[in-house]
Amino acid sequence: MIDAFLFIGLPYTVTFLFVIGSILRIRNYGYSVTSHSSQFLESNNLFWGSRFFHSGIILIILGHIIGFLLPKFVIWFTTNPIGLFIIELSAFAFAIISLIGILILIFRRIFVKRLYSVTSIMDIVVYVVLATQIITGLLIAYQLSWGSVWYASSMVPYLKSLCMFSPDMSVISSMTLLVKMHVITAFTLIGLIPFTRLIHFVSYPFFYIWRSYQLVIWNKNQKTMRVSKNTREGIKPKNN
Amino acid sequence: MDIRSQIAMVFHLDKCIGCHTCSVACKNIWTDRKGAEYMWWNNVETKPGTGYPSKWEDQKIYKGGWEKKDDSIQLKSAGHLKGLTKLYHNPDMPTIDDYYEPWKYEYDSLFEAPEGSDQPTARPVSLITGNPIDIKAGPNWDDDLGGSPDYARNDVNLHNISAEDKEAMFQLERMTFHYLPRMCNHCLNPACVAACPSGAVYKRGEDGVVLISQEKCRAWRLCITACPYKKTYYNWSSGKSEKCLLCFPRLESDQAPACMHSCVGRIRYLGVMLYDADKIKEYASCNEDELIDKQLDIYLNPFNEDIIRKAQKNGIADSTIEAAQKSPVYKFVKEWGLALPLHAEFRTLSNLFYVPSLLPVIGKMNDGTYESTSENLWGNIEETRLPLKYLANLFSVGDTNRIALVLRKLMTVRYHRRKVTVNDIDAKIVDTAFSETGYNAEIADAIYRLTSLVKYDERFVIPPAHREEAIEMLNSTDDHKGETGFGEKKGTRRVF
Repeated sequence: MIDAFLFIGLPYTVTFLFVIGSILRIRNYGYSVTSHSSQFLESNNLFWGSRFFHSGIILIILGHIIGFLLPKFVIWFTTNPIGLFIIELSAFAFAIISLIGILILIFRRIFVKRLYSVTSIMDIVVYVVLATQIITGLLIAYQLSWGSVWYASSMVPYLKSLCMFSPDMSVISSMTLLVKMHVITAFTLIGLIPFTRLIHFVSYPFFYIWRSYQLVIWNKNQKTMRVSKNTREGIKPKNN
Repeated sequence: MDIRSQIAMVFHLDKCIGCHTCSVACKNIWTDRKGAEYMWWNNVETKPGTGYPSKWEDQKIYKGGWEKKDDSIQLKSAGHLKGLTKLYHNPDMPTIDDYYEPWKYEYDSLFEAPEGSDQPTARPVSLITGNPIDIKAGPNWDDDLGGSPDYARNDVNLHNISAEDKEAMFQLERMTFHYLPRMCNHCLNPACVAACPSGAVYKRGEDGVVLISQEKCRAWRLCITACPYKKTYYNWSSGKSEKCLLCFPRLESDQAPACMHSCVGRIRYLGVMLYDADKIKEYASCNEDELIDKQLDIYLNPFNEDIIRKAQKNGIADSTIEAAQKSPVYKFVKEWGLALPLHAEFRTLSNLFYVPSLLPVIGKMNDGTYESTSENLWGNIEETRLPLKYLANLFSVGDTNRIALVLRKLMTVRYHRRKVTVNDIDAKIVDTAFSETGYNAEIADAIYRLTSLVKYDERFVIPPAHREEAIEMLNSTDDHKGETGFGEKKGTRRVF
């Protein structure tokens, strides 16, 4: 029963929260959507913390996504010992990098007094969940070899079954506690996105690459005609 | 030709008394909030000095503004790909220590401290941490050359001043400085707009005011790096960038911005300029020695029939064109050639122009005495106490001839008025001055009038905002009928 709640109920709940919550927050509470950068108050430690953490975590997530989308490729790639070695080692290295990053970030929050005034309770929650996520991931990679193989062969079918709305939790129920924890914190993180500063990654400014540099906004564009949406019949006034 | 209108400004530095009334008026209205205490959207610097934030002019440190690359320009430290790599940590962004840590005094303890053998004191307390602090720096720490060894001597603009001139500037007897009030320039080619990945910073089409949408800002902080004048600020509490909004709510109701309205020395002028938006990129990309000429060329003559017709076709209101014709900025900048932009080499085409300070011109003499004979009433411009090269570094991209011409023009007006009012000056001196500068008595009187006599309405020629049509900005008037009074108010606090 508890498994059904955690591995079927939770993922659907957090996905719902993530999608609806993010849309509502960005549309209706735009003022609250920000990365809440604290670089202005402390820059030197952030350089190492933020760069390490972000580069590590982005590559790790990318690895998980590739495994999810192309499990056959990953399995084929890892049948070759060299391929297995490359994937396991690089994944472990990136995880270590992001662990170092998050540890620097956490210690920075603790020891730089100035940052207390910009640290909210939800920020602390995010730090705890993220650190747990990275540490459990590392422990799994260390203890339960070879993660890349059984992730592609066992976990991906479970995730796919969730996506197909025919959840099959036979595999996940038989996993060790460590793996279960890793999965649960991952779902929690997704659910936390709209309620924390993690919202910043939903609004990552990709479109900037195509935007022209100068941006001019007319309050009242004289060149465009505003047409009345009024539904009554008859001739409606046009104004610009 | 894409004609647009732009609110532009002129600051007459000879009239600035350095009273900081502008800064305080601005602070009281806009930046007296949590996270904004350190911000001075308007500030007055003593020059020579390092300014606020410290050494803001040194783009080797802050990497702001544009730089020329081949035939085009690029942002020095931001831009499409360069910018996106700096979101996690931006190495070129100033931190709070480059400004100062804001504080307040614990006045309560004067009344509420328990009885003891010592006098109670009001200790300074940081507004960030709430803990007592040792104040290291504050706004205008270097006011009137205070702490010169640390501040004035490190002025970035002294880099090419000869050691001898530099020494003369700081000798106690001959010390000289002038004030430099600074605010957002509402540039034609703003680097902050170009650098913002979220598209939150934008230029308002109607009057060219550069604003930051607080709804769209995501705290990527690139505008702070990109603005070479360091006039965008990061609110560390709300996690949003903020900047001068030229008091647009005041402008829209025909009032001058607070800093200008409150100016004691009446140094500030505000008016509308028409300009050709198609030329921005081309002109911003020209060679350094052409920058100022080109920039002055971008502003169009509002009296020209052809320009008026094209402006009307582009949707510029007749009232705006009329305001452009009366604009004091147009007179100072284009007609009289008295005002120059600050640091045009940043290539943002700023809309804030300065009439450089002329006095005191009595300069260094070889035997250590000042030249003050009546035939050379105000001394020789080349011998000014504030070296021409220094003024040129500020206002004319290092071109001393241009700055000397402006000073000569200012001098001509003084000669002429001296002749009119006191009449102890040789007519030949005045005539030579007129022929050198191309001025005549009429122009000199007009300059004198606009500099010294005119009242509010002539110093600030604000184009009507046409509030009666304001609803058309949002809605078709037909739809608007019967909807009035309904809507929702969104809170502006941090939700999570």
